[in-house]
Amino acid sequence: MRMGRNTMFRSLFDKVWKFAAIAAVLLIIPRFLGIYTIYIYSWLLVYLIAAYGLNLILGYAGQISLAQAAFMGIGAYVVAILVTRGVSFWIALPLGAILSFGIGLILGFPALKVKHHYLAMVTIGFNVIMYKLFENQEAVTGGYYGIFDITRPSLGALRFESDLAYARVIAVIALIMVIIMYWILNTRWGRAFKMIRENEVRAEIVGVDIRAYKLVVFAVGSAYAGVAGGLLAPLLGYIEPTLFELTISFDFLLMVLIGGRGRFEGPLIGVAVVILLPEFLRITNQANLLIFSAIAVVVLLVAPEGGASLWDWIFKRLTGKNPPSLTK
Amino acid sequence: MPMEMQTVLKIRDLRKNFYGLRALDGVDMEIREQELLGLMGPNGSGKSTLLNCMTGVLSTTGGRVYHRSRDITGWKSSSIYKLGIARTFQLVQLFPEMTVLDNMIGAIQESRGSMFSRLFRFSEEGEKAKAQEILDFLKIAHVKNNLAKNLSYGQQKLVDLGMVLMSDPALILLDEPLAGVNPTLGREIIEHILELIKVKSCTVLIIEHNAKIMLDICDRIVVLNEGRKIAEGPPQEIKENPEVLRAYFGA
Amino acid sequence: MILQLIIGGTATGAIYALMAVGFSLLWQTSQTINFAQGEFVAAAAFIMLIFYDALNLPYVLSLVLTIVVAVGILGILFRKVVVERLIKTGLLSLICATIAVSIMVRNSLIFYTAESMAFPSIVSKEAIPLLTIRFSPLDVLNIGLAALVIAALQLFIRKTKPGKALQAVAQNRDVAQVLGIDVGRMTALAFAINAVIVTFAAILVAPVYAAKYNMGLALGLRAFYAAIIGGFNQTRGALIGGLLIGYIEVFTIAYVTSQYSEVVILLIVIGIILFKPEGIWGTKEVWSREL
Repeated sequence: MRMGRNTMFRSLFDKVWKFAAIAAVLLIIPRFLGIYTIYIYSWLLVYLIAAYGLNLILGYAGQISLAQAAFMGIGAYVVAILVTRGVSFWIALPLGAILSFGIGLILGFPALKVKHHYLAMVTIGFNVIMYKLFENQEAVTGGYYGIFDITRPSLGALRFESDLAYARVIAVIALIMVIIMYWILNTRWGRAFKMIRENEVRAEIVGVDIRAYKLVVFAVGSAYAGVAGGLLAPLLGYIEPTLFELTISFDFLLMVLIGGRGRFEGPLIGVAVVILLPEFLRITNQANLLIFSAIAVVVLLVAPEGGASLWDWIFKRLTGKNPPSLTK
Repeated sequence: MPMEMQTVLKIRDLRKNFYGLRALDGVDMEIREQELLGLMGPNGSGKSTLLNCMTGVLSTTGGRVYHRSRDITGWKSSSIYKLGIARTFQLVQLFPEMTVLDNMIGAIQESRGSMFSRLFRFSEEGEKAKAQEILDFLKIAHVKNNLAKNLSYGQQKLVDLGMVLMSDPALILLDEPLAGVNPTLGREIIEHILELIKVKSCTVLIIEHNAKIMLDICDRIVVLNEGRKIAEGPPQEIKENPEVLRAYFGA
Repeated sequence: MILQLIIGGTATGAIYALMAVGFSLLWQTSQTINFAQGEFVAAAAFIMLIFYDALNLPYVLSLVLTIVVAVGILGILFRKVVVERLIKTGLLSLICATIAVSIMVRNSLIFYTAESMAFPSIVSKEAIPLLTIRFSPLDVLNIGLAALVIAALQLFIRKTKPGKALQAVAQNRDVAQVLGIDVGRMTALAFAINAVIVTFAAILVAPVYAAKYNMGLALGLRAFYAAIIGGFNQTRGALIGGLLIGYIEVFTIAYVTSQYSEVVILLIVIGIILFKPEGIWGTKEVWSREL
């Protein structure tokens, strides 16, 4: 049974209209949300982008990055600095992403040579260094107080000033980022990642350039964080260093772990838990973190290799069926 | 005849140390065009180590490896694979959570094109057809959609062999293809190998313990003991070589 | 002035060294990278507070009880529940888990109190002027006790039977197993020893810097810096690394920059990682890729 051009186009059309449907839903939802909820909604989508980046790095290329917050900061400060000087948001955002990508490449290069704990240390080091820079380079970053009055973008006659409008901008961009991720993981790159994850030695023997893949993945994942940061700046209207400190990188790690690293829907679950749960529980920040980290530990103990997760187990228990897999 | 005498792979004075243990102690060897070369020796003599060094899985402590007069010492295993040198493993090495078909396609997807171009390859008809062809040849086409980890050991061994064949290698290195396999399947594997040599004109090196089979099918045999080559020649000579007998059976 | 800095550096360095030595011990015996080392110190400090402050037990009794609880929870329980299960899967999972555990510990300590707690000290914290320098008995205690603990550890490892077995496991697990050593018990022992070490580190650092729920993060990071620079597959590497970090820290703050002192250390750490990952006094690890 050969798949001809027709079937290929049909499955592509299938995917397109599914994504269009999701886009419609994402655009309609905020219409019905209150001011505060829209804010949570936007925040969730922004963090989702960064979480997808980390999931790619950690779950698919098997590398630890504790620098996602720093890259978010890079994207955020680029947008903040440029937008407050009159540059269009639509130029600043890609610029921030490209800068994050480039720095990710540079950081990733030496990172290739070292093993996990060293890589963790290098990324921690990078985050701390960036944080100190953000905090102390007053002339550029506004120092401790950060940058204010970051205006929201406009496109021609359209102004995205309102919370509702800007939430939709974020939603569209988030969806695009997720679609790109879906694309990456469903091409041969996805298979290459699987091979690397399951048997790195054999993967190299059949010609997989492991270093190249890991490097590019590191850069792409960091660029995702850069995009998230770029979106964050106009969302808040201001940015300051503590938004990008080391503990935020830990938060991203928890999100990816909770969702199940290496699962396509992992970041969705992880971000939903970390952002939404506190809204329902109304307990202290520390208590939230305690719960999240405890969940993360449990998930790790249940499914140490990643890929499968606690949620599969729960899904199976509740419905008796195997959960669907979004990537091959 | 110049064709047969051309060497595909040449090893000069190869050394490999592990924590002070001399696993390979200066081995000279060559693999000739289109021959079926056997590599034998008691356990621990360095056969697998030699294979690992040749294919870039292990780094060498000394000596050189040449592929058709090109020095490939120290090359990465992925680069050596792209030269057309493929190998199987003593302990089967597959991608356990992937299907047999995925394993097969995975074995060659990185051989062609750039990494970037792979983001845009959507159709895999060619690869699937080839995998089907090889799986049919090995008579395991019925498991092509099973996860590799769910196969029987014998089936896994065949998939391992199948993955090697996907890239149409000019030089195939088989590391104990018959280990842990029942005699019937073993005979099948040998038949596949012999047919392969006939059809594809490739060069094959086999590491095996089964002396009877080796003496039967190989053109030449090299014997290692304690990291050194102790004998080399056609099966007839090897069979009667006193050093070989001593290595295997003691003084 | 320089002498003053050296004393200060040695005092803080001693604490880092202690923590790094414990860290190194865990790595050597069971290939465990314990990202929660700093939080363990914090936890020990808080456990001590519970006994001393809340329950009003005498200092020494509190200390003994703290050691017992620490060994039980931070040593045995931690190993059994978390490490043992994940070590088979690989270093990546283990590191993720210890990071998650560190977050857990850090955020559970706050339930005792969010405030900075004054921590008891057996000796005075008052600085005694001597010639041109000022040092407090606590500084002396820091250095002395740390040295004592490390020396005791070395003695234990070299002279006692379980200690020698531990050393064998640290050098080569497989050989040790073949020799009949119960590797499982030895790793448990290593975790227990680490728990004792972090308790001592806690009673040394808390009086000076006060006990706060998030004290572990900065401490833990510096212990890692120390372990990486010095080389954590050798105990002496960890020791020297700890002292070095102490010195670099005080001297950098005094002479170069206050805000960027951590950055200076980090640049050195990253440099070491890139150019001499085994650390200055560590030995090269063999990462085998054999099949």
